[in-house]
Amino acid sequence: MWSEEVVTMIENGIVETLYMTLVSTFFGYLFGLPMGVLLCITDKDGLKPNRVIYKILDVIANIVRSIPFLILLILLIPFTRLILGKSYGSTATIVPLVAAAIPFIARMVESSLKEVDAGVVEAARAMGAGTFRIIVKVLLVEGRTSIITGATIAIGTILGYSAMAGAVGGGGLGDIAVRYGYYRYQTDIMIVTVVLLVLTVQIFQSVGMFIAKHLDKR
Amino acid sequence: MAEIEISHVYKTFKTKEGEVHALNDVSLSIEAGDIFGIIGMSGAGKSTLVRCMNYLETPTEGSVRVQGQELSELSNKQLRKKRENIGMIFQHFNLLMQKSVIENICFPLYIQGVSKKKAVKRAEELLKIVGLSDKAKAYPSQLSGGQKQRVAIARALASNPKILLCDEATSALDPQTTSSILELLRKINQDFGITIVIITHQMSVVREICKNVAIMKEGQIVEKGDTIEIFNHPKSDVAKELLSSDVDSPTDKETIHTASNIQNGIRVRIVYSENSAFEPVISNMILTFKEPVNILKASTKNVGGVAKGEMILEFKKDFAGLSEVQKYFRERNIDMEVVDDKWKEGVINVE
Repeated sequence: MWSEEVVTMIENGIVETLYMTLVSTFFGYLFGLPMGVLLCITDKDGLKPNRVIYKILDVIANIVRSIPFLILLILLIPFTRLILGKSYGSTATIVPLVAAAIPFIARMVESSLKEVDAGVVEAARAMGAGTFRIIVKVLLVEGRTSIITGATIAIGTILGYSAMAGAVGGGGLGDIAVRYGYYRYQTDIMIVTVVLLVLTVQIFQSVGMFIAKHLDKR
Repeated sequence: MAEIEISHVYKTFKTKEGEVHALNDVSLSIEAGDIFGIIGMSGAGKSTLVRCMNYLETPTEGSVRVQGQELSELSNKQLRKKRENIGMIFQHFNLLMQKSVIENICFPLYIQGVSKKKAVKRAEELLKIVGLSDKAKAYPSQLSGGQKQRVAIARALASNPKILLCDEATSALDPQTTSSILELLRKINQDFGITIVIITHQMSVVREICKNVAIMKEGQIVEKGDTIEIFNHPKSDVAKELLSSDVDSPTDKETIHTASNIQNGIRVRIVYSENSAFEPVISNMILTFKEPVNILKASTKNVGGVAKGEMILEFKKDFAGLSEVQKYFRERNIDMEVVDDKWKEGVINVE
């Protein structure tokens, strides 16, 4: 029913979407996880309370999270060009995606770690464990189910953000849906891409929940 | 020299409502090998006090010496090393829920850099001591409260501590489990010579296991000394209050046991309600029958708003007038029945 061109375009869209989402999630956690840990331990009831560090990270997280993603995408164009040499395409979209993902992920990691029973942390301290060991062996282990659940939410959100990549020529399924479905009134293409997006989110969600449940020994 | 020496310790918490003096000039000395109880109502400051013994809480003022070492003089690293020497167990067990029993016990050993092989071997020994060898691969969520506390004890013992701090360790457990955990603690104290500090609000715990006790109220120690001495002659109001809440003491078991060894007579139980308490029934009975009676136990219980008294009496083995006695009691509206050993386990209740 469609030309080969359209099919290829949708196939590419899937690949681009997965590429942007997964790579952004990876870098998002690379920076967001430590930031979340820092937020958790420097808070006033944390392991190493530090008002200054907490406040700085807190404000950064709030500022970045309150900027609409489309604006962030455009705001970061010079920065993207600086580190990648160009400011358009899927790879270029990853930079603002990561920037938006880091504070979001950090917040989720922070709340996951704060869910960890304070008594277990106290027990570890009583055994002579230092801060680093408590983070690695207690907080991240006891909080892993919650962290993984958070990751599935993060992937869904990043995937949603990636739909705006079209604004900088980033491609992906969301871009196709907007261009063909919205601007050209090709409803069939829009429906197909949206269904594909829904399926992708569904798969990530199911896999994430399966892993989380499987690892949870509570 | 005392194992734990606390002198003039103050701890003040700053809250929005102002300052809270959790500890107010507390001095305490705990000897090596002791089982020391610290008892008080909730909010008395006992949990804060025990946390000062391993510096989980830093005192605002005062000195804490453990095995002769002043804790405030230690660097962070030295303090962590010191804590390996002070085990601790908690009311809510505080086990790693995502780790198996054996991994939980290995945890403190990993902190010390013990190799996995050695740690597992040690953990298996400890599981044997606490009687849970078959649960090594289980996860805490699959265990009962008592079993979880056993794992926590094993974990606390992993690094061969000389001191074990117990923060309300039996408060979340039922009476039977409490007894078995206390029995285990006593065994640990005897076999390994570990000094045990027990924080509790249950007088029964102190009575069952502690050699010495300190009673706390509002951040201060109001009374301290030998447990038996305090049980016999409580001086402070708090001590009296705590003692009065400690009804139905199973310590009777021992007294009764000794008595039955000597006498081994016929035991009867009588139950009376308050209105029958006007007449000196027992005295009159003794005068009537000219028969000596041993009172093994007497208590009053509130049953549905009515005061019910219960007594366990013992007659000589060869006493023949038992049915006469029964008749005598019945005339005075008092139920009497001959009991066997059941009452020892506390099975009997006032109907």
